[in-house]
Amino acid sequence: MKAHLTRRYLFSASHRLHCDGLSESENQATYGKCNNPHGHGHNYALEVTVSGQVNPQTGMVCNLVDLDGAVHREVLERFDHVNLNARREFAATVPTTENLSEVIFNILKQSFTAAHLEKVRLEETMMNSFEYAGGAELRV
Amino acid sequence: MVYLTRKCEFSASHYYHNPEFSAEENQRIFGKCANLNGHGHNYTLEVTVKGDVDPKTGFVVDLKELKEILNREVLEALDHRHLNKEVPEFLRQIPTTENLAIAIWNRLQGKLHVAKLHRVRVYELPDLFVDFYGEA
Repeated sequence: MKAHLTRRYLFSASHRLHCDGLSESENQATYGKCNNPHGHGHNYALEVTVSGQVNPQTGMVCNLVDLDGAVHREVLERFDHVNLNARREFAATVPTTENLSEVIFNILKQSFTAAHLEKVRLEETMMNSFEYAGGAELRV
Repeated sequence: MVYLTRKCEFSASHYYHNPEFSAEENQRIFGKCANLNGHGHNYTLEVTVKGDVDPKTGFVVDLKELKEILNREVLEALDHRHLNKEVPEFLRQIPTTENLAIAIWNRLQGKLHVAKLHRVRVYELPDLFVDFYGEA
């Protein structure tokens, strides 16, 4: 039997949405207050969904200790309480939550192989969230 | 096609133990969940059904009927129970959230007359849930 397991994590980070290829007024028009020069922060909530056959001996898709370990080591230690713009992952891209979702998905795809990574869902605030499934169709 | 989700809660106790494993293996794999005295959770169950909207009633499913099925098939069997000791599915199977979602699916499958069961989502904690879509 194949099941999907989702675990939720919290981290806090700052960012500024600014594109070097746009003029000052274009940046302001595109990003509004997210373009303020000194940046601002969010409490992000990350949901990681993995899937796989339920192991008949353990009753598990994967051991949560392993998933927690990978997410803490590879994602939370990297992005919690940092300025995202200063991270090398965003040297060439704007740290929107769309881009952050894709970066986190790709990091976990590489580092967590005990189950199939289905998607990541990232809440920037209580009012908005983004989902990325590595190009696969998102499931209802 | 419209999807409808009904939510309900139940509380139960459980522990994780595989008699084929040594005491050390049970402890290493299941951690504090292996404590044989058990522990409990407030579970949240979300059941999603899908179907076409009936042009006469405007319903995908009769919510009252869905609620009765959930109460009869799931909540009466699981709420305020010890899953390992009182629920037949878990006399031989570990009551992980994965297996719980599968067991609830199996209890509901075939009981709905109009809509089709689409997904069973079981939250063990606000930060941990399992989805089962009936896939082999």
